[in-house]
Amino acid sequence: MPRVAVVRFPGSNCDLDTLRAAEGVGADAYLVWHRDTDLRDADVVILPGGFSYGDYLRSGAIARFSPIMQAVQRHAAAGGPVLGICNGFQILCEADLLPGALLRNAGLSFVSKPVDVIVERPDTAFTCDYDSDCRLRLPVAHGDGRFVAAPDTLRMLEAEGRVVLRYVAATERSPFQPNPNGSANHIAGICNADGNVVGIMPHPERAADRLLGLTGGSGFFTSMVTLHQDS
Amino acid sequence: MVAGAVTDAVSLTGEPAVTPALVREHSLNEMEYARIVELLGRTPTFTELGVFSALWSEHCSYKHSRPVLKTFPTTGPHVVQGPGENAGVLRLPEGWAVAFKIESHNHPSAVEPYQGAATGVGGILRDVFTMGARPVALLNSLRFGPLEEPRNRYLFAGVVRGVGDYGNCVGVPTLGGEVNFAPGYSGNPLVNAMCVGLLRENELIRAAAQGVGNVLLVVGARTGRDGIHGASFASEELSEKSEARRPQVQVGDPFTEKLLLEASLELITSGLIVAIQDMGAAGLTSSSAEMAARGGVGVEIDTSLVPTREPDMTPYEILLSESQERMLIVAEPHRLPEIQSVCIRWELTATPIGHVTDDGVFRVRHDGQTVVAIPGQRLVDDCPVYLPEAKEGEEARSRRATVDPGAPVVDLEGALEMLLDHPNIASKRWVYEQYDSTVQASTVLPPGSDAGVIRVPGARFGLAMTIDCNSRLVSLDPYEGGKAAVAEAARNLACTGARPLGLTDCLNFGNPERPEVFFQFRESARGISDACRVFGTPVTGGNVSFYNESPRGAIDPTPTIGMVGLLSRVEDRVGSHFDSARDEVFIIGETSGILGGSAYWAEVCDFVGGDPPAVDLEAELQLQRFLVAAAEQRMLRSAHDCSEGGLAVTLAEAAMGGPYVPGSLGACLDLTGYAPDVPVDGVLYGEDGARAVVTCAPLQITRLIALANEHGVPVFHAGRVESAGTLELQVGAHLFSWSTDALRRIYSEAIPRRMQHTAVDRMAGE
Repeated sequence: MPRVAVVRFPGSNCDLDTLRAAEGVGADAYLVWHRDTDLRDADVVILPGGFSYGDYLRSGAIARFSPIMQAVQRHAAAGGPVLGICNGFQILCEADLLPGALLRNAGLSFVSKPVDVIVERPDTAFTCDYDSDCRLRLPVAHGDGRFVAAPDTLRMLEAEGRVVLRYVAATERSPFQPNPNGSANHIAGICNADGNVVGIMPHPERAADRLLGLTGGSGFFTSMVTLHQDS
Repeated sequence: MVAGAVTDAVSLTGEPAVTPALVREHSLNEMEYARIVELLGRTPTFTELGVFSALWSEHCSYKHSRPVLKTFPTTGPHVVQGPGENAGVLRLPEGWAVAFKIESHNHPSAVEPYQGAATGVGGILRDVFTMGARPVALLNSLRFGPLEEPRNRYLFAGVVRGVGDYGNCVGVPTLGGEVNFAPGYSGNPLVNAMCVGLLRENELIRAAAQGVGNVLLVVGARTGRDGIHGASFASEELSEKSEARRPQVQVGDPFTEKLLLEASLELITSGLIVAIQDMGAAGLTSSSAEMAARGGVGVEIDTSLVPTREPDMTPYEILLSESQERMLIVAEPHRLPEIQSVCIRWELTATPIGHVTDDGVFRVRHDGQTVVAIPGQRLVDDCPVYLPEAKEGEEARSRRATVDPGAPVVDLEGALEMLLDHPNIASKRWVYEQYDSTVQASTVLPPGSDAGVIRVPGARFGLAMTIDCNSRLVSLDPYEGGKAAVAEAARNLACTGARPLGLTDCLNFGNPERPEVFFQFRESARGISDACRVFGTPVTGGNVSFYNESPRGAIDPTPTIGMVGLLSRVEDRVGSHFDSARDEVFIIGETSGILGGSAYWAEVCDFVGGDPPAVDLEAELQLQRFLVAAAEQRMLRSAHDCSEGGLAVTLAEAAMGGPYVPGSLGACLDLTGYAPDVPVDGVLYGEDGARAVVTCAPLQITRLIALANEHGVPVFHAGRVESAGTLELQVGAHLFSWSTDALRRIYSEAIPRRMQHTAVDRMAGE
């Protein structure tokens, strides 16, 4: 079973949910404190959602300087899988592990609701259990989730197929819940060039249990196990 | 020196002399001041005057409400902690317990909606985690004047944002609430916040200082000059001058709150501390004095040791500051190093500022001088208690006596659309999508359901919660309105399949010194008590908020009920919306067709009045038991309670479906035989309680009817759910038909449509 390190920053608030979801698929999951410098032989690193350092200054801007982030950088550089969820995605962008930035939602308000996304990259460590172009319903809950990048960067992300998750577009009378925050190209999640670092705004850990009404997120966690067993 | 004897303290140089004018400025009357002098055997020092002013404010002393609050039933075999602590606690299965409490933050929100609401959430979170409970849900009850006024839109938008930003950051899901708009709240909005926490029963901690020589520590944020006299501010009427109070509104820091939460729970579960209390209203003064009084001990505090945000703060300011995100902890001295290390890890400071003494005196020193020395028990207990005159107001009496509301402005079919478009009934999606409702990954029934339901990881049971009050009913008939508030809350819980366990109340009223206001207070409390006795749901604590008056007059009386309930098996929970086509639709309970106090009269006939239907508590209890039994036997596909707007609104809401379903269902129902003697408007829009609309699979019809008969609840088979999006109601010769997609559009757009101009409104609010 993979060893999954969930990094806990001051202000993280999805750390325990993420830990439970990883444990739920049998992973050997544990919390790592942001002041630690060692990931304790993690196979997979997850930066969970929340408001690290209260999102003061800018979402994720202070967390990137936490001591543990050097270890995360090394893990990523060595090809180790890293998943940033929500605030974790913001931290990965601030830490230059992923391109682009996440700005205030287009509607200027926090938005908490289920949205529909399409899996466009079913070959990462976190999506290999999904079929290509399958549609998932996942909750979002964020104030700063509008993905933006320079035009060149956006073109590169699209050309290299680095959009992992995409919100469905808002179309007249669509039965689906569309892009909630005005993200460029309806981007909900991307990966780095090597595909091992993934950042997503929706919360798969809140959609991994039949009792909670949504189950579409469990693939993110089973994928880690699948990949680990294959390797 | 013994408690009660004359004690010595000095005013510091530069402090004002204590004069009758200064006493009045501190909102103490002559009789109260005389009692202070008698109690001390001397003139109080300036700092002492501030201490009395805070602790003897209405907000802290409950001086106008205590005799009435004593009449609430507060006991039961499952009560672990009743009123008097930071929060009430009820026993749950499997070694768990639930701590919950509601509190108002009305006046701060009236002058500074964002921070007022945010710090209201912060305060109620601290009340719950200081019991050793991890907060697992927030709810709120918000009331504003009509959205047609820009100022009300500004307050509404600011309050919602403040509530959301705070709870979202701390990571506690907001699971439900109510929002209501009525002219009575223009100028004095209500912001009531409720928190629900879970703990292992054996890890409960109480806020009683114990152990002479034990150390008092202040943990968390530094003390600033914000919020000084907040408790007194909360205890007076709002006026044009209240705007100037804006600097007294505290500023919230949810990030520090989150750190405090984690550090406090770690300190409690590791057994490192003796007692802990939030520094809420009246800050260090009330937290230390109340902890000492509960423990029957004295305390000595050195205010010059308290970490402050700015230099040269006086003991008066330090004692009365309501700076947020601070805790007072009592601990054995040898535990200090371990406590410090926990706090440092959570990036907090823990500073010793005093100790527990054996002389029962509340003593404060500053730079070597004793500035406060008050017999502690008497400081907390000796505040005069008032039982004001109570007399029903003429206006309420004459409104209730009216039987003819005047002509409706639209026909009966259009009335449903009009009601669904009213912000009180319309979807609150605009509000709850600004609140994180799924963090903690335990939300089983989200906002938009009759009640919120969460699971508890590792446990079989589920916890349901709701917050309710129909203030129109209370204003017309406070006694029946009080009963109705409890009945509606219990019914909402039962619709999800949960058995009601107990409640916390937030009693929002005008100036209690006015007989018609005190009448509303006393009578609605009597109604609450009677309902609690019948339902077996004790009151475990709450909050009284008086003086909710603006130059336009008193608010509508609003005794908000926050209630929790237990689902023995969480997977038995029942949703509020129709589930599948061909399910059978039943109406449980009967109607008299009385329209007094109804939303139909208020909105469609533009008349608030009439005599509301009496609440049949026995029928309510039978309905609750039936709903819980039907859920446990897994008979139900949906259950939705009848309340504001009556049966037509209930059916429409159930048929329209949840906020994120791709399309609405419909239903084809014949109500002709449901209440044959009742006029059609009463059938559709009457608001008799003890009713719910339930659906079941066709195979369950016989069992469902048998179960209803067994519980003695009237059951009427009205028809079935249809896949076509049309709601058709036959009532005798009348046939009504609505497109549920069209209704849904009205229902979901009502609030967003009115809130399009908030950017402009913000300027109106400045």
